[in-house]
Amino acid sequence: MQFIIDCWNSVMGDPTWFYLITTIAKLALMFILLLLFVVLSVWIERRIAGWIQDRPGPNRTGIPIHLLQRFGSKEKQPLKKWLEYFGVPANSWIAKLCTWLRLDREIPLFGLIQPMADGAKLFLKQEMTPSYVRKGFFIAAPMFVLGPPLIAAAVLPFSSSVDTCYGAINMCVANLNIGVLWIFAFSGLSVYGLTLAGWASNSKFPFIGGLRATAQLISYEVAMGLSIIPLLMMFSTLNLQEIVQNQAENGWTLVPLWGEGLSLQRWVLLLPMCISFLIFVTSVFAEANRTPFDMAECETDLVGGYHTEYSSMKFASFFMGEYVAMVVGSALVITLFLGGWSIGLGADVCLADWAKAAAITGSDQAATCWQSILGCCAGWIVVLLQFVAFIVKLVAFVFFFVWVRWTLPRFRFDQVMKLSWLVFFEIAVINILLTAAILYFIQ
Amino acid sequence: MKTSTTFDMPDASGVLDYMKNNAHDSGDLVTLNVGPSHPATHGVLRLKLVIDGEVVVSCDPVIGHLHRGMEKIAENCHYNQYVAYTDRFDYLAPMSNNIAYACAVEKLMGWELPERGQAIRVISSELSRLSSYFLGLGVYAMDVGAMTVFLYCYEEKEKVHNFYEKICGARFTSSYTRIGGMTRDFPEGFDKDILDFCESASKTIDEMEALLLHNKIFIDRLVGVGVITREMALSGGMTGPNLRASGVARDLRKTNPYLGYEKYEFDVPVAQEGDCYARFQLRLEEMRQSIRILRQAVAMIPKGPIWVQLDKGILPPKKDVMQGMEELIRQFMVSTQSVNAPAGQVFFAAENPKGELGFFIDSKGGGVANRLKMRSPSFGSLSILSDLLPGHLISDIPAILGSFDFVQGECDR
Repeated sequence: MQFIIDCWNSVMGDPTWFYLITTIAKLALMFILLLLFVVLSVWIERRIAGWIQDRPGPNRTGIPIHLLQRFGSKEKQPLKKWLEYFGVPANSWIAKLCTWLRLDREIPLFGLIQPMADGAKLFLKQEMTPSYVRKGFFIAAPMFVLGPPLIAAAVLPFSSSVDTCYGAINMCVANLNIGVLWIFAFSGLSVYGLTLAGWASNSKFPFIGGLRATAQLISYEVAMGLSIIPLLMMFSTLNLQEIVQNQAENGWTLVPLWGEGLSLQRWVLLLPMCISFLIFVTSVFAEANRTPFDMAECETDLVGGYHTEYSSMKFASFFMGEYVAMVVGSALVITLFLGGWSIGLGADVCLADWAKAAAITGSDQAATCWQSILGCCAGWIVVLLQFVAFIVKLVAFVFFFVWVRWTLPRFRFDQVMKLSWLVFFEIAVINILLTAAILYFIQ
Repeated sequence: MKTSTTFDMPDASGVLDYMKNNAHDSGDLVTLNVGPSHPATHGVLRLKLVIDGEVVVSCDPVIGHLHRGMEKIAENCHYNQYVAYTDRFDYLAPMSNNIAYACAVEKLMGWELPERGQAIRVISSELSRLSSYFLGLGVYAMDVGAMTVFLYCYEEKEKVHNFYEKICGARFTSSYTRIGGMTRDFPEGFDKDILDFCESASKTIDEMEALLLHNKIFIDRLVGVGVITREMALSGGMTGPNLRASGVARDLRKTNPYLGYEKYEFDVPVAQEGDCYARFQLRLEEMRQSIRILRQAVAMIPKGPIWVQLDKGILPPKKDVMQGMEELIRQFMVSTQSVNAPAGQVFFAAENPKGELGFFIDSKGGGVANRLKMRSPSFGSLSILSDLLPGHLISDIPAILGSFDFVQGECDR
């Protein structure tokens, strides 16, 4: 035992190993989190769509209990046995409630199994590759769609940093000083996926879809990039962790209600920030290829757009890529404009101070048992709270995404392009000048 | 394990020239084949488009994929048997077709329904108009990307189908009318059902108006798109709401009233613009008028018989059949040979949800038509596609097709 602890201490004491191990742990966490969130957002989408459209949505899919028999259980009616075990009579209201909840047939999870069932279905589908496609690109295209948003997510901070006895852990996979640029660089890459899919399919509907996707994504990349320049000017950094830290201390970009956020300059800057927010959110919609901007795959005129010829897991990759882009886009919006992991109202600073104080008290010789335990955990508790805040905001924004999708009709392609080049581009440029003027004249 | 299968399709897309993307990149025109199985074509319409980028250069609509020889079938079965086939014309408003057909044959016979029978037919045809418009508008909204409205509309349509089920046993293929009457009378308490439906339907119409009609994206997409001028509409033989949206106030319920439509107060909305937006707006307004007619009809419906009161041609009451020789013979004759129509020719058109559904019947006497010719409104709507579509974008096609609210079953017969 002692030997293991010594080993652990010597490995973690080495800054290189410490960095490597923590990074891999964060990477795994982020990857699993993102993919789980994609699955969850599919479920959220379908349930909310059902809610909006006066129908239940997938609410029944559970884990069937007869699966237990597959794994060796001899019990035919487990519910009956469990009720007998607890001494509940078979005709009592508890038993009736359990039957009503279909507990005799399955373990219901509010339909949460549905996305997994969908995934399994897509995985087991026969994969058809038409004979006339350009094979290499046809296979590569889905990877280009799914990969880049996952890579781009690496710089998103999901919590503040925590001090351990081996050193500080920064709660984002890669704390780059060019975080924003990283995201733009990689999310821009997914254009290749759509273009290649459209071109490699060697069929007309996908081809038009691919062309539309290319034009649309490139146009909105411009608007998106220009729209956040005012924000970067305000924070004077490209490091996303620092931007969020700044917001936690001095008020979120759109809610400057504490710290330095109460200054006149920040309140005047609200105007350009709101403009940026509108342009940025719209561009995220366009980048994620979702209604009202799903030009590239609008099923009523292009059948399926660029993924018409795809089936099985290749299609699922496009599908997931869209959702990953949506989740990453939402995370980016809340990171830049709504304080990321910050709990808000100055609570982060208080919590950080509390954690520091608790750590100092806990390391004291006179500390009680509880105080020392709290001293160890305080930092982690704060990080966890902030993580929960991040997830809550993310879910709220994903809800917004879904809400818009099931409410608005679709744009026409030329209108989308006009909106980007004739409206957003100009406004974004003016917005930059406006912000510069505000920063210069109002101190 | 081999996970991927490559399919050679010798008779399909692989070899067909128009399916291949072999346009030269120096700006050749591309032939795009939309349909016959395509989400926007509502059935099996095929459009052979020539496109220049996103712009349609020419359009060649190919119809007939759903041709079932309906007119020929009419020559081989007697008038009452053919009612069941009329369900399949405009399968979104089967009741209207039944009524139009029955009215045409009754015109040939020179019969007039009693008051209650007429009122029942008016209520049924207005209900089916509402159900067809609800579906048409919902699908139209879905074509321009607003999925949710479709489901709201479908809920209302289901209510109409529930009512169908109560009055004739079938939800969809109603076959409600017979020559000279209806299979059965309305059930007790139908007025409450209909008034409830009117209530919820007007709410849904208001909702649709709020969700779509004042929606910026929706307006931008549809205003000025697919403009059909008055002349184009008339020369193409368009009828119904599509014609009225182009500025022609022609509604058969007003111009040549049948089934006692002159007794009800309603307006014929007319729009002058002739674009997709006008057609949407006009349909919403017509639904309101239909609800108005329904409310009046329910209030005014008299008591009495629903069948033509004659000794021949209609089924006798079942009670009498069990006891009387004469009635038994009559039941046998009506079931096997239907009515004994006089020789002659007759044309009757009814204002159906899709437009004017006309039946031309040439009779040489007896229970079977010598020739039945149908004038289908969807055919008129689709015939101007090749003039209308050039110059529009590909994205406009679903909007334009949706705004026509056509049904292939009726166009192809």
